[in-house]
Amino acid sequence: MRKFLLILLLSLLLVSAASVFAQDNTTLTVVTHDSFAVSEEILSQFEAETGITVRILRSGDAGTMVNQSILSKSNPLGDVMYGIDNTFLSRALDAELFIPYESPLLNTVREEFLIDDAHRVTPVDFGDVCLNYDVAFFTENNLPVPQTLRDLTDPIYKGMLVVENPANSSPGLAFLLATIAEFGEAGDYTYLDFWADLVENDVFVSDDWSDAYFAQFTVPSGGVGSRPLVVSYASSPPAEVLFAEETPDTAPTASIVADGTCFRQVEFVGILDGTEHVEAAQQFVDFMLSREFQEDMPLQMFVFPVIEDAALPDVFEEYALIPENPSLLTIEQIDENREAWIMAWAEVVLR
Amino acid sequence: MGRSRVALKFNLGRGVLLAPLIFLTIFYFYPLVSILSVSLFPAGRIDLSGFSEIATSAYYHRIVWFTIRQAIISTVLTILLALPCAYLFARYRFPGRSILLALTTLPFVLPPVVVAIAFTSLIGRGGLLNRLLMSQLGLSSPPLQFEQTFAIIIIVHVFYNFSIALRMMTGFWMNQSRRIEEAARVMGAHGWRLWWTIYLPILRPVIAASGILVFIFTFTSFGVILILGGVRFATIEVEIYRQTTSIFNLPLAAALSLLQIAIMTAMMLAYTRLQRNLPLELQATRHTLQNLSTRRAYTLIILLVSLIAIMIFTPLLALVVRSFMSSTSGTFSLRFYKMLTVNTRSSILFVPPVDAIINSVKFAFITTLLASVLGMMAAYLLARRGVFFARWIDPLFMLPLATSAVTLGFGFIIALDEPPLNLRTSPMLIPIAHTLVALPFVVRSLLPALRRIPPNIPEAARMLGASPVSVWWLVELPLMLRSLVVGAVFAFTISMGEFGASLFIARPETPTLPVAIFRLFSRPGAESAGQALALSVILMGVSFVSFLVIERLRTPGTGEF
Repeated sequence: MRKFLLILLLSLLLVSAASVFAQDNTTLTVVTHDSFAVSEEILSQFEAETGITVRILRSGDAGTMVNQSILSKSNPLGDVMYGIDNTFLSRALDAELFIPYESPLLNTVREEFLIDDAHRVTPVDFGDVCLNYDVAFFTENNLPVPQTLRDLTDPIYKGMLVVENPANSSPGLAFLLATIAEFGEAGDYTYLDFWADLVENDVFVSDDWSDAYFAQFTVPSGGVGSRPLVVSYASSPPAEVLFAEETPDTAPTASIVADGTCFRQVEFVGILDGTEHVEAAQQFVDFMLSREFQEDMPLQMFVFPVIEDAALPDVFEEYALIPENPSLLTIEQIDENREAWIMAWAEVVLR
Repeated sequence: MGRSRVALKFNLGRGVLLAPLIFLTIFYFYPLVSILSVSLFPAGRIDLSGFSEIATSAYYHRIVWFTIRQAIISTVLTILLALPCAYLFARYRFPGRSILLALTTLPFVLPPVVVAIAFTSLIGRGGLLNRLLMSQLGLSSPPLQFEQTFAIIIIVHVFYNFSIALRMMTGFWMNQSRRIEEAARVMGAHGWRLWWTIYLPILRPVIAASGILVFIFTFTSFGVILILGGVRFATIEVEIYRQTTSIFNLPLAAALSLLQIAIMTAMMLAYTRLQRNLPLELQATRHTLQNLSTRRAYTLIILLVSLIAIMIFTPLLALVVRSFMSSTSGTFSLRFYKMLTVNTRSSILFVPPVDAIINSVKFAFITTLLASVLGMMAAYLLARRGVFFARWIDPLFMLPLATSAVTLGFGFIIALDEPPLNLRTSPMLIPIAHTLVALPFVVRSLLPALRRIPPNIPEAARMLGASPVSVWWLVELPLMLRSLVVGAVFAFTISMGEFGASLFIARPETPTLPVAIFRLFSRPGAESAGQALALSVILMGVSFVSFLVIERLRTPGTGEF
């Protein structure tokens, strides 16, 4: 019996090993991060129309993806890279990872997103990192919702805020950048003074978004978390409705989009230098700017379209607020100072 | 010892035994050397700035000290807790024994964020225990403040690693003869004296073997430190990750990687030295478990079960309960499990749970097979050669465990990029990476057993005309089987739960259970959390069943392990 089982297992293993090795090779490889998503239908429609098979290669977070691509530049991992955002972009541009492509669809893209005149990368989507709050908590406790970042240092919000570590988390970095844009590095009250006050007010720093949102924030965790204010996305409230157990009458969370409280992340696609499928890669870039793809993104990745006339899904129209004046820093500013800012931040928060 | 090595020499061909070394060379040393040389020789000139930065900065001194300190404390506590439990598991038969043993291994497969949720819901600020204490004692603020403390790191490390120590010690102890112990009892030794003069010396090799594994695991701890420790704590591994992915300071990352490898190598050399002077040569025997007869034994079992229950089962139970509980009404509901199979947005990110289970189990089986075969060869290689050989080659097999997953992941990308080794985007890379981590477990489990096979038994078989293969299959394998099973269970477990290293490998779409859990946890909503927990419970269930199946392979007959 024992030997039989062993033999059975061995043969199972051989079969499964063989199936793992089997692969086809007429494909366009898209190097991306863990959150890339698209509707099956829209992707297969693209594949059917163009005869291109899309292969998705995921590689951790955006930082891991960019760095691995820089290291493998002479022999790239794939043909197209999607998902690099404005906080990491200049690192990739400096390394000359991409070959330029000026998509004919660029004229549909909103002006503010066209930041690379050389067209090495093409903007695809944006998302705002904003404070989210537990609506019921604030109503029940008769608390005013904070309207500025400075409000967060008010003792009435003591112990209520959870943020993410900017060294390891993309929304964490975005929020730090928002505070830098708001308070600056010099003057009476710098971003570091602000962070010192936040620490004084018992801010909780989670390592990543998942822990902040599901283990520390009050709403989705149904009682596990104990903090009603979290750094998340402006698109989180519609997601709360969409991924609720029973569709609620109103969103349990809301985002704060007052001027200077949010930071806008823009994600780009670029064609990797060294690709043998330039034409297919260009078709894929055009596909990402197509109305079908742009209108599909919100419900797939919880980001917003960059083209002028894309319609938003109802749940976004109803529950997503888009900040009118999000904080913006240029990619050069971010790239030059990122590490210094994070180090200075860590000094203050760890002290 | 000498005789046994001579005997082993005839059993397996020389060339076959080199396979594990070749495997290590291709999938470990080659990628590692590639990434280190790219990091330390940017633009063709050597850059040692990383080393001087580590040497001079108080920040890095603190990190190194913290890494060592938490690893020592975690290891000592884990061993101390596992030792009395191993005594009972190795000795007594009691209802639910093998199930209890399988359950203790479950934490190992859980991603850190799931563990964080389990612990937060129990001992977090708004957790069960704090609410209970506040209402019972009339306190206005939560009395227990564990979040992001040194204590929670240690607690969770014990939670994760308890079963390594427990399983290895139990497996080893059950194979030891009782004659010495019985003799000591006859001469009047009992209680502490028995422990001190008999049990501990007998167990020394396995305490050292499991101790070194727990130490390495906690020394290179990553997810637990990040998620449960928060920003205030960083191990060397965490800092390598930060320097590699966020800051992209490769010379510094490489220097930290080498420092980590150096400290670990020193530990392992000390360990192999310790292992070399084995105290007693004991007969490998199988003895039957005792029934619970005395009041004392009953009390011990009850204490043991409550200890394991508090430490391991309450967090697991919290997860199970939450996965079956509606977040709106707080009542029992299967909704999260049912919804797992529905792709509401027809998204390519959607992973049908069955697919994730198949991928996970497939990778885990490949890993188990690779690690068992290579581990067995490695154990023979180490057991038969001279002491010098074992002393220098043995640590090599432990090195992958001591090497930063980020460093190695980046090494794969640049080293394995051309035919015939164009594997960097192949799904096969995942079980290969898992095998590197699992191999030390198989080697560590097998080696003590292999060294203790009495040489006269295989010799007798040979003299009676058995071929080397049948000596191995009919004589040696059965004698090692229990230890092999321990190693195999761990190989399987590591593969089922491993997620950190896979993050740093470019992966095509072959999502495993931990990956699917991670995806659910990266979008808002009560449904996402509920489904992620449901999937975690499925992960535990699949692992649990697999443990029981693997353990069935161990010996014919029942009721022994």
